[in-house]
Amino acid sequence: MSYSPDDRLTPDAAGGLFWQPATETLPTAALGALQMERLRATLANAYENVPFYRKKMDELGIKPDDMRCHGDVADLPFTTKIDLRDHYPFGMFARPRDQIVRVHASSGTTGNPTPVGYTRDDIDTWGDLIARTLAAGGVRPGDLLQNAYGYGLFTGGLGLHFGAERLGCTVVPISGGNTERQLKIMRDFGATALSCTPSYAMYLADAARDRGLRPSDLPIRVGFHGAEPWTNELRLQIEAGLGIDALDIYGLSEMGGPGVAFECLCKGGMHINEDHYLAEIVDPETLVPLPEGEVGELVFTTLSREAQPLIRYRTRDLCSLSSEPCGCGRTSARMAKPIGRSDDMLIIRGVNVFPTQIEEVLMSIPQIEPHYQIVVDRKGYLDVIEVWVEVGEAVFAETMGDLERFQRSVQAQIFNVLNIQVAVKLKEPKTIQRSEGKAVRVVDKRKAL
Amino acid sequence: MKITQLTVFLENRSGRLAEVADLLGQAEINIRGFSTTEAAEYGIVRLIVTDPDRARQLLHDAGFTTHFSHVLCVRVPDEPGGLADVLDKLAAAGVSIDYLYSISFQNICFAVRDIDRAVELLADKVTLLTDEEVRAL
Repeated sequence: MSYSPDDRLTPDAAGGLFWQPATETLPTAALGALQMERLRATLANAYENVPFYRKKMDELGIKPDDMRCHGDVADLPFTTKIDLRDHYPFGMFARPRDQIVRVHASSGTTGNPTPVGYTRDDIDTWGDLIARTLAAGGVRPGDLLQNAYGYGLFTGGLGLHFGAERLGCTVVPISGGNTERQLKIMRDFGATALSCTPSYAMYLADAARDRGLRPSDLPIRVGFHGAEPWTNELRLQIEAGLGIDALDIYGLSEMGGPGVAFECLCKGGMHINEDHYLAEIVDPETLVPLPEGEVGELVFTTLSREAQPLIRYRTRDLCSLSSEPCGCGRTSARMAKPIGRSDDMLIIRGVNVFPTQIEEVLMSIPQIEPHYQIVVDRKGYLDVIEVWVEVGEAVFAETMGDLERFQRSVQAQIFNVLNIQVAVKLKEPKTIQRSEGKAVRVVDKRKAL
Repeated sequence: MKITQLTVFLENRSGRLAEVADLLGQAEINIRGFSTTEAAEYGIVRLIVTDPDRARQLLHDAGFTTHFSHVLCVRVPDEPGGLADVLDKLAAAGVSIDYLYSISFQNICFAVRDIDRAVELLADKVTLLTDEEVRAL
């Protein structure tokens, strides 16, 4: 999976750079042929090494070599987050553990996270995909990337980090938070590129303005912002506030993290790295593939991942695809910004949260009544999440201290699972809305960023 | 020697404390003493009433969360140092106090947001005491 003959930065037609020019401008027919070849290899890897896929393909009577054209893909089985959960922790890996050099994880729908494994080659490929992403924004060796994505199990921090090093940048692994220090380092170190969630970029822009800093005081030229949905209006505000080009990037940990798709400086949708990911749009109800341009659920099949091949993984993101030629010269299809989800997953400050995770914590606390509500709102540009619970007689004791201890304990237990701070609000009995059938558990008051 | 205290959980919504007082008043239950404690979003009110069991049932049926506990009610000599003597005895023995409040008066201090408006509303309906009158109690 090495691209060394191809690894040279050359200008694209939009003011950015190609990291792997031959691959990134591969004629459509050649790209399609490469996809089919890699699809067969991926299916063989899955069939031979992942019992879950062997069983599914045997049931459907499909052999890896049956895949002759793109239309055949519709015969393949889907993979869902539930399937990943059912094979926790490493049951979906196609390599023995001693060939896995790294494991990241994302939120599961319940207590167990969803692990993602990488071989050494997977890490190298991932680095190339991030290098493509950064180069498309004009980043080159010698640039200094301030990486304000969170480091840890979350793929954002280390994903951007390794890709920027591969490109030849100086990386400052500052991680998220501590705005005062972010601004100081941005100026003192002379950061020329920034990576973080779009809401945090806007927060930084506001904080800079509040401290009397003008965009020209900051040497940043370009920002890479993903992990949560955002609009073109917010792009304009971030660009004006920091004096940069603000680019959207897309990924999900199940596909390996960021690097699945990225914007070039044309800012007209995100180029999918189609030599590594086969994208489809399907109707989320019928699962039938939809024609190009229609909005539906985005489905990906990995084409090069060794450790964890995933076939027709349902992302639950709703968007459309376009294969119209792009002004930058890349030949890959582009995905529009996702406009929503086909499940109830919430994205809180870039962290994926399933209401069922919160429910599981609450239901494990015997004193809590089985009624709760999750209220998501935004203060400034940052998401805040409240969890309302009713104070029944089992919780209520004598002093304010008891109640406050109870609040803090619930908050801590939710933090342990979700790794985000929530505010637990104590309510009187029977004040949380009951409804016939399915209760309204989540109230999302946020408007599109 | 112990007396029963009824504690009620209240969200900070206007009129909620009045509802408690109304319910008890309509049931002919007299409030002998009380105290309130509040955080930003909720508070608890502690009540000493003439019929704690009935009061608790009433409040429970009306949807309030309640709690019973035991407290001491100490008659303190009405003279300088009267309270200090009691506190000293407990402190010397290492018995700590969670909270205390006075229930012996009909005279109740109200902390309100708009004190002038409250005076206007109440002046000709109830007796409002002056600093001098309080000192002379």
